[in-house]
Amino acid sequence: MPNQTINKTIYLDNAASTPLDPAVFAVMQPILQENYGNPSSLHQVGRKAYDTLIAARQSVADSLAVEPNEIIFTGSGTESDNLAIIGLAHANQSHGRHIIVSAIEHKAVLVAAKQLEAEGFTVTYLPVDEYGRIRIEDLLNSLTPKTILVSIMYANNEIGTIQPISLIVETIHEHYKNKWCPIVHTDACQAVGLLPVAPHTLGVDAMTINSAKIYGPKGVGLLYLKAGTTLSPLIVGGEQEWKRRAGTENLANIVGFAKALALAVVNTEQTATQLTTLRDEFITNLKTNIPTLFLNGHPTKRLPNNVHICIPDIEGESILLMLDAHGICASTGSACSAHDLEPSYVLSAIGLRDDVIHGSIRFSLGKYTTEEDLRYTVDTLTNIYHTLFSLSSAPIVNKSPKS
Amino acid sequence: MTKIPDINACHDNPSWLYSDIVKDHFFRPRNVLIDEENYQSDGVGIVGSPACGDMMVVWIQVNEDKTRIKDCKWRTFGCASAIASTSMMSVMATEDGGMLLKHAKRLSPEAIIERLDGLPAQKYHCSVLGHQALREAIEDFEAKPAT
Repeated sequence: MPNQTINKTIYLDNAASTPLDPAVFAVMQPILQENYGNPSSLHQVGRKAYDTLIAARQSVADSLAVEPNEIIFTGSGTESDNLAIIGLAHANQSHGRHIIVSAIEHKAVLVAAKQLEAEGFTVTYLPVDEYGRIRIEDLLNSLTPKTILVSIMYANNEIGTIQPISLIVETIHEHYKNKWCPIVHTDACQAVGLLPVAPHTLGVDAMTINSAKIYGPKGVGLLYLKAGTTLSPLIVGGEQEWKRRAGTENLANIVGFAKALALAVVNTEQTATQLTTLRDEFITNLKTNIPTLFLNGHPTKRLPNNVHICIPDIEGESILLMLDAHGICASTGSACSAHDLEPSYVLSAIGLRDDVIHGSIRFSLGKYTTEEDLRYTVDTLTNIYHTLFSLSSAPIVNKSPKS
Repeated sequence: MTKIPDINACHDNPSWLYSDIVKDHFFRPRNVLIDEENYQSDGVGIVGSPACGDMMVVWIQVNEDKTRIKDCKWRTFGCASAIASTSMMSVMATEDGGMLLKHAKRLSPEAIIERLDGLPAQKYHCSVLGHQALREAIEDFEAKPAT
């Protein structure tokens, strides 16, 4: 296959990062250029920055239907997850030292949980079914009087499976009734703009949101934390964010994030409807062209923008590089593309064998994805499949193993 | 003197994980066996497993005096470096009138990596298996009763 010159980029890796919305850039630009003060300074330049920060925080609070003092701005979704897991566990350990997370959380949650284990906390990793959903009975069986925190992601970043968050919260509240109840956190990074995320509706006490997944700037995220919930900071040395996250506020990013979140929330239903149609047609066309291909994750309880597939007998990194040569950006769970050469733990958790995981590809659509982009992707992937299949030893070895 | 392969191996195009030679052999692999049903091989070697992510089959034909490789074909399941390194191995085995069998049995992964202008360090052990498959194919040939 020739490595041809590419005129157009078809970006189908929106679960990794989204392009900046021009409307977001427009509100950030004047701040980067003119609004340079430190919101903590008393003079006019500082006060101007302070007022801008207050307005951005109010906007975020309005988007989520929460109070401004329930928003903690951080440097990323990862930091928000770290802060939620470690910060909540440290602050609430007088009630117990047991936490529950799902086995397919983002590493920002899993590695933070591992760190707590090393400190002597007990962590339960809830398994998931073949679709990537936790079982409510497993959750119930794991709850103890010493459980202080439950963290289950709203939607999985790899396979797009949506967890029943409201049901999880109700189950926990019912289980503890009037006794001290564990704090419930959800990582909603992948869900914002695609699913309803108001914390009160979901019932969660804490929620992670990342700007870079919703057409906002990179380097800013937030942790929603219900008023009255105690948290130990990870970054100390300043009064910012009510002493829960020290450091001069990244004003332009926060303002851009606020704008991106407002746009995401107001357009959620429309975006979800549009992307679900595109997604389902894309999946149907892929299956028609490559009959051995199969979809991972839940067929319907999945993010409107997520298409995660496995193609037997060919390998993901090879597929990715050939797609890239045709201007198409996607991602893979294949070990061959990972720095540690480990296959995706999420795909292992839903029961996929290593050889199948090697042929996994994730396409994540975005609000700028068109039908034409996806048609071109189906045609290109079909050609790549035939090319790589003709090189592949797997069909030969599977057919007649060497005696 | 043998050059030690550069671990980062991105000399001319730092935005690419792989060298231009790796890219070339990945996008235009040499000596792939498409029609294995009708290929008369003197020896076959299979190494790797799908679970490890890389698996290759190598077929060889040997010249009449049974000292050199006459033809070397292959099929690989694996990542770009696995495909490119098998392709390069097949070129090395057949160039200049074909490699002597005794040399081919000692073909090292380092020699293949060097000809590829390097590979990323994490790809060394898993994806460069072509020399092993070639050795197996030669041993398969040698194990057959002389005709």
